[in-house]
Amino acid sequence: MKDQIVVETEELTKKYGSKIAVNRLNLKIKEGEVFGFLGPNGAGKTTSLLMFLGLTEPTSGKVEVLGFNPARDPFRVKEKVGYLPENVGFYDDMDARQNLQYIARLNRIPDEVSEKRIDYWLEIVGLSKESTQKVGTYSKGMRQRLGIAEVLIKEPKLIFLDEPTIGLDPDGTNRMLDLIQSLSREKNITIFLSSHLLDQVQRICDRVGIMINGNLVAIGPIDELAKQKLGVDQEAYTLEEIYMKYFKEA
Amino acid sequence: MHGILTIFRKEMGDHFNSLRFILISALIVMVGVIITSMVGMAIKEEVKGMAKPTLLFLLLFTSTGKLFSFVQFIGFFGPLLGIFLGFDAINRERVSRTLSKLVSQPIFRDSIINAKFLSGVTVIGIILVATVLLISGLGIRLIGVVPGVEEVSRLVIYVIISLLYISFWLGISILFSVIFRSTATSALASLALWIFFSFFVGLGASVIADAVAPVSQTASGVDAEMLIKHEKIQRIISSFSPMVLYSDATTTILDPMRKTTRGLILMGPLERLSMSRFQNPLPLLESIFIVIPHLISIVAITFLCFGICYFVFMRQEIRTV
Repeated sequence: MKDQIVVETEELTKKYGSKIAVNRLNLKIKEGEVFGFLGPNGAGKTTSLLMFLGLTEPTSGKVEVLGFNPARDPFRVKEKVGYLPENVGFYDDMDARQNLQYIARLNRIPDEVSEKRIDYWLEIVGLSKESTQKVGTYSKGMRQRLGIAEVLIKEPKLIFLDEPTIGLDPDGTNRMLDLIQSLSREKNITIFLSSHLLDQVQRICDRVGIMINGNLVAIGPIDELAKQKLGVDQEAYTLEEIYMKYFKEA
Repeated sequence: MHGILTIFRKEMGDHFNSLRFILISALIVMVGVIITSMVGMAIKEEVKGMAKPTLLFLLLFTSTGKLFSFVQFIGFFGPLLGIFLGFDAINRERVSRTLSKLVSQPIFRDSIINAKFLSGVTVIGIILVATVLLISGLGIRLIGVVPGVEEVSRLVIYVIISLLYISFWLGISILFSVIFRSTATSALASLALWIFFSFFVGLGASVIADAVAPVSQTASGVDAEMLIKHEKIQRIISSFSPMVLYSDATTTILDPMRKTTRGLILMGPLERLSMSRFQNPLPLLESIFIVIPHLISIVAITFLCFGICYFVFMRQEIRTV
């Protein structure tokens, strides 16, 4: 099953007026992998994610997510894909459980089923004790973990995480990364992670893609990129060096 | 459909739990009860020892008493109710960053706006029906008159017109909540529009009418043709205001003695004849015929407003930042 393609794009382009946000993106993501999508702010990472989810229409090119076209069939895609936006928001006057239940209901999950799932995922992300507190009182780390639980409530095959560790303290970051990694290993969920925190990406990603000014300048496993770019063998590089090299060339 | 229902249920819960809803419905109920008891007592005094005049019951709603009538109060305050229920419908979700999450769930995007509009309309309906029933009950106790079929049907039509009219304002405020990112801006914009329609359109109508067809006092009296022209212009301009449409429609529906929505000067000869000769109330159907144009206009602007709102919302980019 490892070779199943879950996201495939062909010459995917998005223009805002004359500004090209994403330029002819060609990308293939395999099932079960952790893919790191890197790039500076404004490189078109979030725009690509929005196109994968059918939240914005591509100007030209093709995109297929789990075999569906998100622009035509957003319903099917959203049923099976979880999306954690950057700085996810919650209904602050409801508690964690109510927030999760609302999302579960929007996904047509019957209450009997969702009750169990909510318990399960709150336990996994470590929010069981705080589940009856209003989300307005949560810390940044707790909100981010609740966001992960919310994405997983619908048991997606693929999740898009947009800067999941931004603004977390070191401990929170570590727990979040461990959680993401375990999702991929234990539940075979494909993870598409957009970030610019390179050391974290290096820690958990199988493959990375580097996006600069709307162009995908590199894609592949980190050690391969290192060989190509730096001409060095394993352990002797950091992702940051590779990234900066690409960044300066662009 | 499923998405609409889920969001609708949550929105209803939000409305009923909000302090805003409690305050505004308390205010409406309180004012309604105070006006009715004052009017009811006055009516009771007046009709003591008389046979029951026709359609007495409706006077509870239309009689101004010492302050203003309930109908006038709703005409003035109703738009505020609509505005309060809708001004932060969409941008609140945007500010709290829940909108991008909501649209990435497997629901149709329009169910968000449909559910928000519908829940607002439902809340308005509940408040209106409850208040009218409360007033009716109080009125029955006070004046001891049970409303007949015609009075009840007139009241039902009144509630429907009011619901549509307040929904128009709900639509306006939701539209502003789609356009403006900040809740304060959308609230202020809706209020500004409300003030514009309630005060300035009437003022502007008379200013323009004065400019186009000045009515001057001459030695031979007032120029009749000019006067009619003046009145016509004023009327046309003021009918651009939904408030004028609404108040014309409701006063005619609730007061069967009114046989036209036009003022005295613009009445046709037959309308004038009927006014002076026949002192009987109009049958319900005739009253409805008179206000049909108003009714259709109110329905049209409500739908138009929601349509624009829907269109703008569907076209908008949903970005997290």
